[in-house]
Amino acid sequence: MFTPVPSLIGGALIGTAASVLLILNDRVAGISGIVGGLVEPRRGEVGWRLAFVAGLLLGGLVVAWLVPGSVVPRAGVAPTAFIAVAGLLVGFGTRLSGGCTSGHGVCGLSRFSKRSFVAVITFMATGGVAAFFVQHVLTKVVR
Amino acid sequence: MKKLASAFAAGLVLAIGLGISGMTNPEKIIGFLDVAGRWDPSLAFVMAGAIGAHVGAAQWALRARRPVEPSALGLPASTGIDAPLVLGAALFGLGWGTAGFCPGPAVVDLVAPSTAVVTFVAAMIAGMVVFGARGAATYRPSAFNPTKISNAPPSPPPKSM
Repeated sequence: MFTPVPSLIGGALIGTAASVLLILNDRVAGISGIVGGLVEPRRGEVGWRLAFVAGLLLGGLVVAWLVPGSVVPRAGVAPTAFIAVAGLLVGFGTRLSGGCTSGHGVCGLSRFSKRSFVAVITFMATGGVAAFFVQHVLTKVVR
Repeated sequence: MKKLASAFAAGLVLAIGLGISGMTNPEKIIGFLDVAGRWDPSLAFVMAGAIGAHVGAAQWALRARRPVEPSALGLPASTGIDAPLVLGAALFGLGWGTAGFCPGPAVVDLVAPSTAVVTFVAAMIAGMVVFGARGAATYRPSAFNPTKISNAPPSPPPKSM
């Protein structure tokens, strides 16, 4: 279902949050980079990351209450084994390319970064291929 | 303490934005990526709203810091497209299009645990650990803090003796 207005409003909040982190913390709001920095901790780079992730979790609870249905337990869109492989690819791939939808997508494109532009085109393209394969090919084989 | 509070606030607002925009629902991600299904362009509107709200701050930060940062960190001023960037983004996209999760929404969805999201986040962290465990001889964007503002590419690994 196409939801242009909530998407724009939610997007504006995401952009505002990224601006807060950039202006007050001098840091880019890339979630893969922030979580990755907790996996490979360095001195002075742990506290703010933990605070940010804590904010994400509390924000999840707040929006679950504010907008019923927004954050609820859901069945996976693919078999669990595929979701596990997908997680590995997302964790490794975002660290290798230095960003995800937030870091390259929102923040990188806002800086007019050529690297981020290439990254976004690339992950949109392979994302489309994977979604097509899982939704149209795999479901026919599995079921 | 101030830095912790602002980071916390940023995470809080970002998660609320993800929830309101519907990005915490993997079906909306798949609805956008799978153009052969019932196509849902919502994700493009989320990106437009986010970039619209962030572009001013990003351009300001870039201008305020550009003359200092690249040289201070020993980074080239050019912005190079390299194999790790493209390969990493390609792998990320394959996972994103399979599960409908990217890192932000997946972390937020942990407050409503399901087999899917818990499996995804555990595997994602494992993938990051695997990345971190690679030898120092290989390319490591993390050698330069990738969350710091700069359009310059991550620094290459130090040459081994």
